[in-house]
Amino acid sequence: MIQGIGASDGIAIGKVYKYEPVEVVITREMCQDVKAEQQKFDASIKAGIEALEVLKSKTENEMDVETAAIFGAHIEILRDPELAIAVSDMIATEKVKAEYALKTVSDNFVAIFEAMEDAYIRERAADIKDVTRRVLMLLKGIQSKGLSEIDEAIILVAKDLTPSDTALLNRELVLGFITDIGGRTSHSAIMARTMEIPAVVGTGDGFTQLNNGDLVILDGIMGRIMIHPTVDEIENYKEKVATLNKEKSLWQDCVGQKSTTKDCKNIDLAANIGSPKDIDGVISNDGDGIGLYRTEFLYMGRKNFPTEDEQYESYKTVLEKMGDKPVVIRTLDIGGDKELSYFDMPKELNPFLGNRALRLCLQNMGMFKTQLRALLRAAIHGNLLIMFPMIATIEEFRKAKAVLLEVEQELEMEKIAYSPNYQTGIMIEIPAAALLANVFAKEVDFFSIGTNDLIQYTFAADRMNEYVSYLYQPYNPSLLKLIHMVTEAAHKEGKWVGMCGEMAGEIQALPLLIGLGLDELSMGAPSILRARYSLKKIDSIKAKGLADMALQSCTEEEVKLLIDAFWNGK
Amino acid sequence: MKSKIVEVKNATGLHARPASGFARLATAQKCEVFLEKDGKKVNAKSILGILTLAIGQGSKVAITTDGVDEEASLKLLVDFVGQLED
Repeated sequence: MIQGIGASDGIAIGKVYKYEPVEVVITREMCQDVKAEQQKFDASIKAGIEALEVLKSKTENEMDVETAAIFGAHIEILRDPELAIAVSDMIATEKVKAEYALKTVSDNFVAIFEAMEDAYIRERAADIKDVTRRVLMLLKGIQSKGLSEIDEAIILVAKDLTPSDTALLNRELVLGFITDIGGRTSHSAIMARTMEIPAVVGTGDGFTQLNNGDLVILDGIMGRIMIHPTVDEIENYKEKVATLNKEKSLWQDCVGQKSTTKDCKNIDLAANIGSPKDIDGVISNDGDGIGLYRTEFLYMGRKNFPTEDEQYESYKTVLEKMGDKPVVIRTLDIGGDKELSYFDMPKELNPFLGNRALRLCLQNMGMFKTQLRALLRAAIHGNLLIMFPMIATIEEFRKAKAVLLEVEQELEMEKIAYSPNYQTGIMIEIPAAALLANVFAKEVDFFSIGTNDLIQYTFAADRMNEYVSYLYQPYNPSLLKLIHMVTEAAHKEGKWVGMCGEMAGEIQALPLLIGLGLDELSMGAPSILRARYSLKKIDSIKAKGLADMALQSCTEEEVKLLIDAFWNGK
Repeated sequence: MKSKIVEVKNATGLHARPASGFARLATAQKCEVFLEKDGKKVNAKSILGILTLAIGQGSKVAITTDGVDEEASLKLLVDFVGQLED
């Protein structure tokens, strides 16, 4: 078995087709006729642009405008006058062939870009390489049928897939793909989800381990590849695929039903939203509430801070539309990778460990109080829960709570209508807070576990860095222990615990999370009905047994096997 | 030849979309257009050139136009940078 990162849901069973891009070897060769060589270069650029235009409109039609923009950027590079001039000059002065001149000029740009501090520019180096390769193949007359050569249903295996490769995949024939590098957020992973092709990325050495024609099962949900599966395994997976398809239609029937386990234990299935616009999706998917309203989007994409009234209107809209259902609004979470153009934040060496979220708010009282005033005023219109992000110590929570009470008094004195009926809670995303959950539990009304950051901080691994993506281990017993500490501590004080990270929306994790004692799960609205449907199949006592065993495990792998066994009814 | 120093205020700086926008606008001008930062000068009609300057938020750059309609072109380009939003 090969373990990678599940990048796109779904299961595929088929034969391996290994794809290795043709190597384009360029050596320094002299040319006879400078003029002709320059013309040859111009013509190849023109042909390259034409091919890219076709690819771009194909991608626009079959995928989306955003993905197609990658090829727009490639066209821009080919139209670049500096590139063209430098190549033409080199052909003239050194009397070399166009391909050698282009390779040299392109390598120069790549070297400059790769040395840049700015991550955006560094990534553009890959674009230059991709587009240069295209023109070099035209110049050398290399006819790579490449991926279009595929004429039977296969599972594609490659070291890496460029956006150009991925866009050309034939969805009818490519049942799924496997790559050695990449993470959940790399270009090809995102494209796989858009195209709804199951994919496993970041396998490390899958390309070496697999041979052409090998029969494999690709499990994009668990991020696994089974090589030479037995007849039983295949049957087992075929059943899974069939059930998966059948279930899809059953999810819709869950509208209007309660979110309960088989033994009638209630679990709130709430939604994550970023703006009042998202509410319609929550209502149509029948969410039990809002588990996370990310207010930072109110602050982004504008030239100045949103006023108290503007914020009030947004919060009020959400609260009103949700009626009695709980709405957890998280106070401003900027810093880290999220910046505001109008707010001067000093550059930090480690922004994710720096001055962000509540830390920043407590140092900018004016900004913080404006948001809290708007929240308290909006509290009149519904069931409000205020949540503070990035809490590490109890003093931070006490300080934030004190500001909240101060704001209440100010509103009281100014005779402005507000409601004191709201809950106050914190996010658990820093291990320090999880470890002291028993202390927090006495003072907060609720907790919500933000798994993305909690994993990143527990494993000391940047979740955007693909070299350490193997450390993104939501099922590692260390993380489960932290979660369990929080639920135990909270329940002892009669408080509730939710989860609002990516893990909360993973169906596979559902029994484990219930067993660990979570009371609420907040996910993207489209996942809610599927979760409600799956919830009905889970017995909470058995789930508790699963969680107990998982907590005794040593590795993430062991936990995943336990979960598999649970779903298979063993 | 006309020249003006401007400060790039938007958060993205002259990267991504703003950089392509600037290169496209520069390409549409009849005169030559240059961008200069920290003593390094590039052809502003080149997206690759612009990116090598790594113009982030708060950078001060000199825009230079030389040739036909240099005055009007300079104003257009200066305004473009001033109006950048994220």
